[in-house]
Amino acid sequence: MTTEAATIGLTHGGSEDTGLGHRGPESKSIVVPYGFWLFVLSDMVLFSALFASYATLVHATDGGPTTNQLFDRNLVAIETVALLVSSFVCGLAMITAKRANMMATQFWLLLTGLLGAVFLFIELYEFTKMVGEGAGPQRSAFLSAFFTLVGCHGAHVTAGLLWLGTMMAQIWAKGFQQHITRRLLCFSIFWHALDIIWVAIFTIVYLIGTLP
Amino acid sequence: MFGKLSWDAIPFHDPIPLITSMVMLLAIAGIAFWVWRKGWWPYLWNEYITSTDHKRIGIMYIVMALIMLVRGFADAIMMRAQQSLAIGASQGFLPPEHYNQIFSAHGTIMIFFVAMPFVIGFMNFVVPLQLGVRDVAFPTMNNVSFWLSASGALLINLSLFIGEFARTGWLGFPPLSEKEFSPGVGVDYYLVALQISGVGTVLTAVNFVTTILKIRAPGMSYLRMPVFCWTALASNLIMLAAFPVLTVALAQLMLDRYLGFHFFTNDGGGNSMLYMNLIWIWGHPEVYILVLPAFGIYSEVAATFSGKPLFGYRSMVFATMVICIVSYCVWLHHFFTMGAGADINAVFGIASMIIGIPTGVKIYNWLFTMYGGRVRFNVPVYYLLGFMLTFVIGGLTGVLLAIPPVDFVVHNSLFLVAHFHQVIIGGVVFALMAGYTYWFPKAFGFTLDERLGKAVFWCWFIGFHLAFMPLYVLGFWGATRRLQHIPDPTWAPYLHVAFLGAAIIGLGIVLTVVQLLYSIKTRDQRRDVTGDPWDGRTLEWLTLSPPPHYNFAVLPDVHGEEAYWTRKQTAIKQDQLIEEPDYQPIEMPVNTPTGVIVAFFASVCGFAVIWYIWWLAILGLIGAFAIFVWYAWRDEHEHIIPVEEVRANARERRRIRMEHLHNLSQST
Repeated sequence: MTTEAATIGLTHGGSEDTGLGHRGPESKSIVVPYGFWLFVLSDMVLFSALFASYATLVHATDGGPTTNQLFDRNLVAIETVALLVSSFVCGLAMITAKRANMMATQFWLLLTGLLGAVFLFIELYEFTKMVGEGAGPQRSAFLSAFFTLVGCHGAHVTAGLLWLGTMMAQIWAKGFQQHITRRLLCFSIFWHALDIIWVAIFTIVYLIGTLP
Repeated sequence: MFGKLSWDAIPFHDPIPLITSMVMLLAIAGIAFWVWRKGWWPYLWNEYITSTDHKRIGIMYIVMALIMLVRGFADAIMMRAQQSLAIGASQGFLPPEHYNQIFSAHGTIMIFFVAMPFVIGFMNFVVPLQLGVRDVAFPTMNNVSFWLSASGALLINLSLFIGEFARTGWLGFPPLSEKEFSPGVGVDYYLVALQISGVGTVLTAVNFVTTILKIRAPGMSYLRMPVFCWTALASNLIMLAAFPVLTVALAQLMLDRYLGFHFFTNDGGGNSMLYMNLIWIWGHPEVYILVLPAFGIYSEVAATFSGKPLFGYRSMVFATMVICIVSYCVWLHHFFTMGAGADINAVFGIASMIIGIPTGVKIYNWLFTMYGGRVRFNVPVYYLLGFMLTFVIGGLTGVLLAIPPVDFVVHNSLFLVAHFHQVIIGGVVFALMAGYTYWFPKAFGFTLDERLGKAVFWCWFIGFHLAFMPLYVLGFWGATRRLQHIPDPTWAPYLHVAFLGAAIIGLGIVLTVVQLLYSIKTRDQRRDVTGDPWDGRTLEWLTLSPPPHYNFAVLPDVHGEEAYWTRKQTAIKQDQLIEEPDYQPIEMPVNTPTGVIVAFFASVCGFAVIWYIWWLAILGLIGAFAIFVWYAWRDEHEHIIPVEEVRANARERRRIRMEHLHNLSQST
């Protein structure tokens, strides 16, 4: 019996497993990512409420600037590429981590983080520019909803970067232990989920918002 | 330096909150001192506060719920007293600003800090035992969840002593709850406390959905799970999908209040109906988060005390999952008067009536479970019967309210207040009291006193009807809810009866305490030595009372529905237990102070945000991040219980069980 399986009382082998838990408790390598997936789903629900708020308030501009006057497609395109490539690189890090290649993993994770930082930097630039033009979140309900939706995504990216830094330090100090690679898997789920959210933001906020 | 905090925040001039908070502080200090004198702090720290054991965490949740029940009831009796005094010329003893805080606190506390922790406490205690496993999927996170809820409860109670509480009702509707109309810290207390405890609730949901779907004893397929586990699954799925929406609604209101955003304000294009929609997209599923596990408890009680398998197990499961889904399609019936139009109102009205159908299925299932059974009239069965009588009426008044034209007449009236108290007290509270009596011996190894238990039941049952039936009548006559002063003296007799009812419920709560103390005092006469005091049918009755830390020496192999009942009957027939298994050492998660420390930082940070003490809030966040890294860095996750200990305990249990089954087979 492995350590992790014993904790929750695994008594049956995993090979013939149905995945439904009929043969006794699943191993930690299944349970932990599964639980994390559920958390990500609840996060998606959180964003869906923010999207709904945005859709409700997008025309409530109170005489202030509208979407067309504010958004810059080119800037957002660069932002999007940075984030998507960051996810791809995160995938590369997962592959090298599977092979327990320390230097390569650290390199790809660092690149993941740098691309994430580029994304965040552009977003902050956009925000400060808008605030400078008098289009801050206090201007109208539309802008409140915009800053909250996009800002919440940005806050997730920031949290992801903090997590990433912690993960890199942990891998460096402790090597590729089972529970650490499991955490790395959770991090990559989180990072990819942020991409999915961003694609929705890109479409619903920026693309639709800049239609002529 | 201290933001908005100054000595004016302490209510020196207001005797009621001042005396109450003094009494509370003295009581806490007294208990802490008493525990210290007895030398119990190390025990409390090791066995409860830092415990990752789902049973201990469940007990802590329920203790918190019972304490908060007293607080919430104190608010209730004050409201009833005010309404029965402040009639006509009299103004009663509570000024409006204080009365408004009391009804807001009453609702917030009863839902978030009584009903929720009580239900979650039962899920914690019972679900892993019923599934035949040793713990939940994430034991440490479980401890963190509890302490975050406790942190929210702490902040709510702090508002009594430092500052004020919201005067905006239990859901804090804007624009009243916006900065412009509620400039004080009351709404901030409300928002911050609910955000912190809400994080705990989402983590609980992740934990229990994972546990029920991924961690069950071998052979425990989905359709062999006890109904309580099914209802817990449904409840946690709803929590997972509903609580994030609450988080969003409250966060947006916070942004409005703290940073001048315009989500729900009257100006700037804000739309307060957006808040109503969001809060009720959470709020209506919340009702089912509470009542589904309650249905689960009734199902266990009905089957056990009727000595029969549950009637229509599969239809029960199906009904539960239908309610789980439809609970998301009815939220708009909370504001038919919004003006969404006849077609939208009709859709939501019909959906609200449809949800009554699976609920009706359940009622019939319980009735048919009892029909033809040899029903033993223990305390939980009293609650089951009381529930069926009360809840059906509550459900019917709910169907009345689901008809939009009727709702236009009685919405926001005492009729509504009577309706939801009838389903929540008749449905949820009765179940919680039944479950408390039912599982108490499993948790502590002795039963509660039956006579006092029945007295408590009659107090709740009679008290409830006296307190709320008059409100239906008053509602029809046009009495709106939340009145601080009653203009029409002809309503007086009804309000006096309602006060009497509340007082009888109060007597029931006092008797609950008496029952607990008396049962502890006479525990030697009421020991549960067999682990199966009610002749149960589910796996929690297989192990000892109280169960060992690891629940089961070897995970039970499940064959068929009613895992324990089948096993017990086979053993009685053959007059022997299953062959002794090969015992293995057991690894269990270690204790952790993470939860308490996280909750400490959350409380500090929350308090700082409420009072605009920004440096302290940042310090709290840094502390929380530090504890996160520190926790992630630890190496030791499990400790090992040696095989000798496991074997010795298991043999002792087998001896007890053999004796017990032998007696059973002799008597039948």
